[in-house]
Amino acid sequence: MITDDRVGGPVAELGHVLVLAGGLSPEREVSLRSGDRVRDALREAGVDAGEADADAALIPLLAADPPAAVFPAIHGNSGEDGAIREVLALLGVPYVGSTAEACRLAFDKPVAKALVASAGLATPESVTLPRETFHDLGAGAVLDRIVARLGLPLFVKPARGGSALGAGPVRAAGELPAAMISCFAYGETALIERFAPGTEVAVGVIDLGDGPRALPAVEIVPAGGWFDYAARYTAGRTEYYAPARLTETSARAVAAAAVTAHTALGLRDLSRSDLIVGPDGEVFFLEANVAPGMTDTSTLPMAVEAAGLDFGVLCRELLLQAARRGA
Amino acid sequence: MASGRGKDDALLGPFGPSPRRGPYPDMVPGKRRHAVSNDPRQRLDPYVDQYAARARMMLASEIRALFAVAARPEIVSLAGGMPYITALPLDAVGELAGRLVADRGAVALQYGSGQGDPGLRESICEVMALEGIRAHPDEVVVTVGSQQALDLITRIFIDPGDVVLAEAPSYVGALGTFASYQASVVHVPMDDDGIIPEALEETITRLAASGQRIKFLYSVPTFHNPAAVTLSAGRRARILDICRRSDLLLIEDNPYGLLGFDDEPPRALRADSAEGVVYLGTFSKTIAPGLRVGWALAPHGIRDKLVLAAESAVLCHSSMAQLIVREYLASQPWQEQVKLFCELYAERRDAMLGALEASMPPGCRWTRPGGGFYVWLRLPDGLDSKAMLPRAISARVAYVPGTGFYADGSGSEYLRLSFCFPEPIRIREGVRRLAGVVEAETELRDDFGTWGAGRSS
Repeated sequence: MITDDRVGGPVAELGHVLVLAGGLSPEREVSLRSGDRVRDALREAGVDAGEADADAALIPLLAADPPAAVFPAIHGNSGEDGAIREVLALLGVPYVGSTAEACRLAFDKPVAKALVASAGLATPESVTLPRETFHDLGAGAVLDRIVARLGLPLFVKPARGGSALGAGPVRAAGELPAAMISCFAYGETALIERFAPGTEVAVGVIDLGDGPRALPAVEIVPAGGWFDYAARYTAGRTEYYAPARLTETSARAVAAAAVTAHTALGLRDLSRSDLIVGPDGEVFFLEANVAPGMTDTSTLPMAVEAAGLDFGVLCRELLLQAARRGA
Repeated sequence: MASGRGKDDALLGPFGPSPRRGPYPDMVPGKRRHAVSNDPRQRLDPYVDQYAARARMMLASEIRALFAVAARPEIVSLAGGMPYITALPLDAVGELAGRLVADRGAVALQYGSGQGDPGLRESICEVMALEGIRAHPDEVVVTVGSQQALDLITRIFIDPGDVVLAEAPSYVGALGTFASYQASVVHVPMDDDGIIPEALEETITRLAASGQRIKFLYSVPTFHNPAAVTLSAGRRARILDICRRSDLLLIEDNPYGLLGFDDEPPRALRADSAEGVVYLGTFSKTIAPGLRVGWALAPHGIRDKLVLAAESAVLCHSSMAQLIVREYLASQPWQEQVKLFCELYAERRDAMLGALEASMPPGCRWTRPGGGFYVWLRLPDGLDSKAMLPRAISARVAYVPGTGFYADGSGSEYLRLSFCFPEPIRIREGVRRLAGVVEAETELRDDFGTWGAGRSS
């Protein structure tokens, strides 16, 4: 439930909070931008917000000056795989977002796909294999079977990771080895998906205590046709539509799909699901994010704005909810 | 609030694409960052269609993102070329700067001349004399690091499409400057003795035959960044001769000339050609890069244009920074300090070469620099240093992929390692980690190597 902003309201109750950003994953820079944005928005909403990195100084800092709650904005490994949240739980510090256990499931894309599929959502057919399998059984023979089964084009991505790092489309078989090598530079397991054509949308889900609800879908149209790192983080490289240019039926379908994914994965407070609306309106689940990007070019803040909400107040309410919930 | 909603409403809530109710009544309405319109299209950068052509290639990059991680202390960074400033007599510099403000603040904190402080320009001539250059302070233009000298030179010479010749590989900061003025960079190959004269001649002839305008040859002849080679004495004369015969201006970028580990500083190209060479120098490596004091030594005509260009770019250089350098050169044993830097860097080079020898897998080759900051390493066939970088970052070691040092997208089989900043023990650890990364990448290459070649979709 949203609280109001009068005297003795949320700001006074909340006290000092901490935004966590940085970390050592390749998404460090993105995370720092997300963290700065969240911290600034919180300050505009009147909150006494600080920011800290996930390094050797963090635990002493949390012990010396325990914040009322933490807003984790660390992406990639440790931020989204549950590690940082496990540590926060260990220290008894309340935090916004999903539990470590739920993060572990959601961060592993093949596991998330399976869970979400069990809940009735479609997800592109895929093969998940660790690097050793290619080595031990012969990469050529395995790739032959993958192409025979899934056809082309394909989409290769690390089973764990974000910001499209190490991920890319494969249009012709000849592009596959380089895509596999790029993928394995970021992780030990590859997810090879049948490429799902259609409209790409990101759908945020917020739960302020009265159940998970979808924000307006944000449609992503990258200038180069593929939403890679440069397209994601160069302002103007990609066109976004918030709300997405979907029919009423499709808008409801993607909202329902994001809420279903959020629930099926046991996520808490906020999440973002990346979905494809196929040409015939079918919705495909690609992945869910437990620490969605909060940068100037990220979709979740756009969705918040499109919903007519204030981003800083929303972050404040999520922190207040976390503080009341306790560790 | 939840009363009277159907199932779909519960999913969409007040956030639905066409909310029938407003947002939460007690929530502060969203602040629009741009003008409100009915267009759902989010112009994150409303000026995206208005940028000049030269700005369109300026994109966010994964490499930059990885370097954000490389700056963390947990990572052994063999990437950046940061001088080891800790070895400077910082107390003395501090005292000198304090005195400068106290005694001569009215000058040090005032505007200065576009060409730079005359006293400093005299000192610069004395510094260049160590490399055999005889110059007059009038010919010197002080710049914001030698990077600004490069920018100004490019600004006054290059129209879009003009050709710049540069070594293969070449300094990444120069390539960035050339690209920002839309120059067309043509690389000239090097070997262990620097740029190859025959290749230079052939390139000039070929470009002239196709009617292209070559404006200058950009070269780092001594302790090259990144290739770590030095143009041999014999070749220096030949390169100057080729440039003279072809009416080709030579830009000699010499940031590392005084940082030799073994011999006296090599004689500068400018020492033997006052009219055909613009010499770029800097105090970034001999004193400190944070002062941003560099210079260009140029023939009179070019000098005049550089001064005008400098005035339009920055009005004048920092008087404070210039006077600190001038005082430092006048009052500190700066040559002994440079010698100390050299000894320190030589020890680090030895640490790196020793570690490379001990741990790199077969198929790697690298240069053995006689000075400067870098080792240039060639990976085993089929490995791509840019694709390998994330693996290296995961293993907590960083380097610079070779592709950044080529304007034509080649160089993926190379990487640059710098030994100037980390302590020897960190260098050894970093190289050990890198060796593991190269081994793992080699295994991947063997697994995936040639599959798919010749197949079609």
